Amino acid sequence: MEIIVCIKQVPGTSKVQVDSITGVLIRDGIDTKMNPYDLYALETAVRLKEQHGGHVKVISMGPPQAIDIIKEAFMMGADDGFLVSDRKFAGADVLATSYTLSQGIRKMGNFDLILTGKQTTDGDTAQVGPEIAEYLEIPHIANVLRILDANDKDMTVEMDMPETIEVAKIKFPCLLSVEKDIFEPRLPSFKKKVETKNKVIRTICLNDMEDKNEKRYGLSGSPTQVERIFPPDENADKEIWEGTGEELADRMAEKLKELKFF
Amino acid sequence: MGKLLIHQNLVNEEIAEKLINLCPFGSIEYKDGNLDINAGCKMCRLCVKKGPNGVIEYIEEEAPKVNKKAYKGIAVYVDHSEGKIHPVTYELIGKAKELAAKVCYPVYCIFLGYQILESAEKLLHYGVDKVFIYDYRELEHFRIEPYTAAFEDFINNIKPSIILVGATTIGRSLAPRVAARFRTGLTADCTRLDIKENSDLIQIRPAFGGNIMAQIITPNSRPQIATVRYKIMSATTPTKDPEGEIIVCSMDTSKFESDVNVIKVTKKEPEENISESEIIVVAGRGIKTKKDMSLAYELAEVLGGNFAGTRPMVEAGWIDAKKQIGLSGRTVKPKLIITLGISGAVQFTAGMQSADYIFAINKDPKAAIFTVAHYGIIGDIYEIVPKLIKNIKNAKGLIGEIPKYMAPASMN
Repeated sequence: MEIIVCIKQVPGTSKVQVDSITGVLIRDGIDTKMNPYDLYALETAVRLKEQHGGHVKVISMGPPQAIDIIKEAFMMGADDGFLVSDRKFAGADVLATSYTLSQGIRKMGNFDLILTGKQTTDGDTAQVGPEIAEYLEIPHIANVLRILDANDKDMTVEMDMPETIEVAKIKFPCLLSVEKDIFEPRLPSFKKKVETKNKVIRTICLNDMEDKNEKRYGLSGSPTQVERIFPPDENADKEIWEGTGEELADRMAEKLKELKFF
Repeated sequence: MGKLLIHQNLVNEEIAEKLINLCPFGSIEYKDGNLDINAGCKMCRLCVKKGPNGVIEYIEEEAPKVNKKAYKGIAVYVDHSEGKIHPVTYELIGKAKELAAKVCYPVYCIFLGYQILESAEKLLHYGVDKVFIYDYRELEHFRIEPYTAAFEDFINNIKPSIILVGATTIGRSLAPRVAARFRTGLTADCTRLDIKENSDLIQIRPAFGGNIMAQIITPNSRPQIATVRYKIMSATTPTKDPEGEIIVCSMDTSKFESDVNVIKVTKKEPEENISESEIIVVAGRGIKTKKDMSLAYELAEVLGGNFAGTRPMVEAGWIDAKKQIGLSGRTVKPKLIITLGISGAVQFTAGMQSADYIFAINKDPKAAIFTVAHYGIIGDIYEIVPKLIKNIKNAKGLIGEIPKYMAPASMN
């Protein structure tokens, strides 16, 4: 089974803030990590490879530093890594990101299955997986809870729907986005770290793509535009209480009673 | 639409350092006297606006224009399970009507399924002008290819300017697929929507995973698609007399071909859903051990409410994922919400800030939660909550027992 996993480097903390007076973004440290939801996709891929043979390749779109998470993926059992990186991809929204990744995936050889995490922790949109599937003209299933069966032609999976749990069979090639907890992600292996120390990670830039029209990438290829960014609204008529624990507990109980919550 | 141009002749070490420090995404690099912007750039253009004058320039590029007048109306996707309409649909209809009134647009529903005519009639009580239904056996189960094909048919024939989709598991799978097919913009999990005179949809959502809101538009493509989570907008009240009409659409069924085959459907056990609770107590990272979660449980219990948690609590395994509030969990709109030791990242507050009363307890006076709370209580949950539980129990005439939880001496 030839499997591709899409992974993303995200900020280690979510403490980016806007200065409410100047409107300037305040950066709090630059620590980064692999999007935690991607670990489940990667684990699923490695388990499928262990059972059915084949290869696991990872692809990430981001700045050169994103190579770190590809190395981490090697330590979890990925065989090959591709970094899609070019200044021309900057400012990409969901559509441009999905298009760029789909173009990158076309450079990675044949595949049966693409796996993605449920969503990222920085964008929280959960939209890139389905859009990649659309660009590659393959079916997809989101919210995959369990893999029940797999062979060389198709897979049977359990998916989470608003009111039901459904079992569906999906033919290869296809894309699945998996839920957290589908499998417990393994820890990175030190042995694999040593083994893959010199593994080459291929960088794919605009010139490597089939479609080299820069208008379809980055900000130019993004139909959505951020008009402005601003700090969240403050609640105008708020009250701030201070005091000892006891005083505050009494005051809170009184207020809740006054509001008829008990 | 545009790109950044660096005027290298204006760059020196000092200027480079200024720019590097300014960029919130660490995307500016200076090597061998050459300033460069790497692929981490988010095109926020802070380096243009706030950086040393003229060093980095933004070059506007002409975007292909769309004929906005060729698109008209606001369509709401009817989220349903076997014809049972998800309540997010009524919330979106309410919002659609409000937006449509500003630009004199009709409000449509698009309803895809099998044997859904009866359910479609219900929608006419909510002031929808036209309900377009695609009633086919192939649409009995949600499968991505036939659903996208029917949606495509609807857009091609009706040309709505705006499409609103509930951010349910179905909506979050279908909307991106449709958006990519039309090469158009999709904004996920909008918390506020408005419309400009020129029909551009103003989409506001938390961004960059932090305490920032972004206002997003889709100025050069149609249709404009946005998803909104359940309990963000207010539902419209139904009227007695149905208005509007149902239009049964027909299309080429060969487009329903699918590589997905649904084998088995199991109804979920009716489970306690925190989105429906009127009183919620939420535990955050201020709670130090799993055992101390009893603070939240007990407070919820005496108030006759439900308890929930933030993402870190779910990641720590202290609370079930179904009880997570926030953008990666559930959205709630209760009458009362009490947050215990929660800092208040937008990721979380976006999921609860439309509650009627928000009480927040946190030791840190600078915690962001105090900007959304109606009552911000600066103090230690370990001191306040046990006493509060006791007070409520006393007031309710419950036996004045000492709460099971007592603050350990080391915490004081």
